[in-house]
Amino acid sequence: MSIRLEQGGRLIDRNAPLDFTFDTKHFGGFAGDTLASALLANGQTVVNRSYKYHRPRGIMASGPEEPNALVGLGQGARFEPDQRATTTELFDGLAAMSQNAWPSLGFDMMAVNQWFSSMMPAGFYYKTFIWPRPFWKHVYEPIIRDAAASGLPPKEADADRYEHFYAFVDLLIVGGGIAGLQAALTAGQTGARVLLIEQTAHWGGRAPVDGAEIDGKLADVWISETLAVLAAMENVSLRSRCMGAGVYDHGYALGYERLTDHAPQVAGPRHRLWRIRAKQIVTATGAIERPLSFAGNDVPGVMLASAVRDYVVNFGVAPGHRTVVVTNNDDAYRTALALIDAGLEVPVVIDARDRNDGPLAREVMRRGVQVELGAAVMKVKGSKRVEGVMLCRANGTGGAGALVECDSVAMSGGWSPVVHLYSHCGGKLLWSEDHAHFYPDPSRPPLGADGLGFVRCAGIAAGAMGTRSVLADATAAALAAASAAGHTGAATPPVADDAEETPMTPVWIMPQQALPELRAKMFLDFQNDVKVSDVQLAAQEGFESVEHAKRYTTLGMANDQGKLSNINGLAILADSRGEKIPQVGTTTFRPPYQPISFGSIAGEARGEIFQPLRRTPMHDWHETQGAYWEPVGHWRRPYCYPKQGESHDAAVAREVLATRNSLGLLDASTLGKIVVKGPDAGRFLDMLYTNMMSTLKAGKCRYGLMCSENGFLSDDGVVARIDEETFLCHTTSGGADRIHGWMEDWLQCEWWDWKVYVANVTEQWGQIAVVGPNARKLLEKLGGLDVSKAALPFMGWVEGELAGVPVRVYRISFSGELSYEIAVSAGQAMALWSKLLVAGWEFGITPYGTEALHIMRAEKGFIMIGDETDGTVIPQDLGLGWAISKKKDDYLGKRAQQRSHMTDPNRWKLVGLETLDGSVLPDGAYAVGEGYNANGQRNTIGRVTSTYHSPTLGRGIAMGLVHHGPDRMGEVIRFAKVDGALIDARIVSPVFHDPDGEKQDV
Amino acid sequence: MLILTCPYCGIQCDETELAPGGEAHLTRHGPGSTDEDFETYLFDRANPMGVHFERWRHANGCGKWFLAARCTVTLEVFGTYKAQTTEPPAEIVAAIKARRPEWEAGR
Repeated sequence: MSIRLEQGGRLIDRNAPLDFTFDTKHFGGFAGDTLASALLANGQTVVNRSYKYHRPRGIMASGPEEPNALVGLGQGARFEPDQRATTTELFDGLAAMSQNAWPSLGFDMMAVNQWFSSMMPAGFYYKTFIWPRPFWKHVYEPIIRDAAASGLPPKEADADRYEHFYAFVDLLIVGGGIAGLQAALTAGQTGARVLLIEQTAHWGGRAPVDGAEIDGKLADVWISETLAVLAAMENVSLRSRCMGAGVYDHGYALGYERLTDHAPQVAGPRHRLWRIRAKQIVTATGAIERPLSFAGNDVPGVMLASAVRDYVVNFGVAPGHRTVVVTNNDDAYRTALALIDAGLEVPVVIDARDRNDGPLAREVMRRGVQVELGAAVMKVKGSKRVEGVMLCRANGTGGAGALVECDSVAMSGGWSPVVHLYSHCGGKLLWSEDHAHFYPDPSRPPLGADGLGFVRCAGIAAGAMGTRSVLADATAAALAAASAAGHTGAATPPVADDAEETPMTPVWIMPQQALPELRAKMFLDFQNDVKVSDVQLAAQEGFESVEHAKRYTTLGMANDQGKLSNINGLAILADSRGEKIPQVGTTTFRPPYQPISFGSIAGEARGEIFQPLRRTPMHDWHETQGAYWEPVGHWRRPYCYPKQGESHDAAVAREVLATRNSLGLLDASTLGKIVVKGPDAGRFLDMLYTNMMSTLKAGKCRYGLMCSENGFLSDDGVVARIDEETFLCHTTSGGADRIHGWMEDWLQCEWWDWKVYVANVTEQWGQIAVVGPNARKLLEKLGGLDVSKAALPFMGWVEGELAGVPVRVYRISFSGELSYEIAVSAGQAMALWSKLLVAGWEFGITPYGTEALHIMRAEKGFIMIGDETDGTVIPQDLGLGWAISKKKDDYLGKRAQQRSHMTDPNRWKLVGLETLDGSVLPDGAYAVGEGYNANGQRNTIGRVTSTYHSPTLGRGIAMGLVHHGPDRMGEVIRFAKVDGALIDARIVSPVFHDPDGEKQDV
Repeated sequence: MLILTCPYCGIQCDETELAPGGEAHLTRHGPGSTDEDFETYLFDRANPMGVHFERWRHANGCGKWFLAARCTVTLEVFGTYKAQTTEPPAEIVAAIKARRPEWEAGR
């Protein structure tokens, strides 16, 4: 049972007690505790249940590599699942919930899974839940998801704030241990701009716990002195609680700063995402200790030896009264010494090596501890907590084993440098036979834009073991990085020693010839319940590639991303394949190093400021009228203006009829407006549009189509010729930016010698459509401009003043009614809108929205980009042959439209559709034909592209693309509804209303 | 998150300022071209592990299109240049040759 010691704990303040809860229990801790150290201090050995077998699990590590101690933190809108107890700083009132156990941690119903574990091998889900097919979705998946669930997702919107922060530095140094501090000091002294970030709240890393001495001082002293020097350097910035999350192309890096996780009462953003551009990056990210694979290595109470030492020295917490140390290297002896120093019992150190007469082993023996060489743990006794270990020979099958009673096990399988950040952007690794770990290959770093490396590792992260080596390496790395960033200098590392240690021996399973029964209890990936036997089975079944074995077994796929399991797992895989570890290689390291919050990624971009909102000059007026909004690109347009108690359908019908019968008003300001100007403007537009624009006379308008080079219709709109050299091209509302970019592309990259400028003036103009039989009367009432048929005929435009406001009036119609589109400078648009409303009162003037616009255009058979077109439709499909010039040698899309598939008479073509019963066809519905296709589905002969209830005609109308459609006028075809019912519709002309165009040309 | 220098405004652009435009130096084939030529123009794109010429637009900046010579494997940038050319300028070719002596122009 774990306890709080009477003394010790360099990070805690025993004068500052804190209260917190775990599930329903109230516990006490101290300021400076992590949630993990506080749980241990309260004897909470079991903190979680495993994913697959629901085995009880305890705290295993003291840092971000912790696989088991995941909890739900906070409540309501501040609830967050899957938070690591080892990286959660304790605060007063902290509320943590256990996960993955039902009904409780102590008694989990799903724990029966572990008795069937031999029936749930690697690939179990793939093998078992295949047949019958439909069972997967409705039976297997929900059950498996429930059983394998981790934390629950939060139900409410996140109540906290987050922000992004941009930084540009010469050197980013990741990791604030002694290597990072020495690197920052060295680089800082060259004058380089340095940002040093550390993921924990404390500087100095492991050195104080490991008893390092630097410049003849205790590590703690050297650390605080160095920090003081760094704090005084103007070119050096220090951020603690800031993790290096990822390294990306060309020196881009992400830092994840946890500002108030430890102090929720403090106002301000919770997390800050640092978006850093660094000329050079130094990763001083240290190393992670590996577990050993022996049977029962997951029983609560089995911990990493370094973690045991951390809890004793940093927090004054003992993971047990009687701790067995099991190791293949000398470092774990430091744990034995730390435990003895704290007055705790170490019955035996089990060392897998045959010989060890190094100073650490001698010191441990001098303190009266038995050291068993060439020994191993055969298995751990106990289920919910350690009761003892069975001691056996390392080289054997285990035999009977001799019981050593204990309540905690400290294990060490050696240390692996944290090479994640070095690898994120392509840095390559080497295998060290001496230390049995991967370390960065300095000759193959991630490359920057100049083709030179931009990431260096420093200290243990670079494979430098020992205090002297770490400081020397950090100094050299910092000088090299600073020099690469343009700052040279010299520095001497502080004085320190590398402790004399007996070489480690790789130990991948314990004992070496363990039989299958033991191997099936040796856990590699504690979070995903992957065992030695699973990886061996995967290799046997042919999943030999490390990436395949990973996915087949789920090794390293949990949210710790295999920080503890990967090396051990691939050693097993290599052994199964009869190959060496470097031949097997590692899986890919991907950012982030540890999970970061979604909130930090979003930053401030949420809610109203998720993206910019474009407002027309009349936006506020629409809002006061209670407009029901429709998003169109970044614009909001009124869909309709419902009156009090009026349904949207009723409002739309009212708006259509009012416009058709008298007078409607539309805010058309979102319409794209692009000026094309220059001596070659006509020639340019002849290439862009399918029809001839160069022959358009000044003062006239022409409808035009634009296609991609693939021949597909891309945009449409009315072009007005302003003068000999100037055209104004209207585009769709959503297409303005894209079409402007399209024009620039051709002018800059293909026809750069043509004398043409283009400018997107969409927002310079408000545009108001005055529509309906009384439109002319309204403009005449405002006065100032001759808008008669003679002075301003259909498809003409004039410039002048309307009610004293300078305007340009286009006589164009998208509704089939007498219609004037008035362009007015954006600043005066609202004033003109108001004048029109007031003067239009006597005609019952009715503002209408996008839905009325859509219905009126459909009643007239006018196509809409995005409805009738979908990126596979050419103008010829839509009966728009009249808008394609036969005289031009070339236009964008012409060559493509000559391809055999485009000229195929079997292409579906545009027609109107009228249901026999007057109902509205479902949007996107398919017309069914004779017979069935190869998949057993009904053959299709057409589909609906636009469909509405027409208030003008009092029935459903639609447009659609139908096989041989225009040749089948009057024929009745059947459309399938989603529920399988069929609906009959007659093929008719797409122009339902005023087919001769008499109303618009009056 | 690449950094490319816009040859027009001289700004070192973060990738978020840029819009990608695919392979550079394509020859447009219009009406009258053979099916093979047109297919090449429309669909056939180089996808090298190594030196690649590509189009970028300084979309959230000066708005100009420019071209970049870049290694798709190492992300090394050999240079950027203005779009008004049908082939990479001599200094870009020289910069590539200096770093990749085995590289041959053209495809």
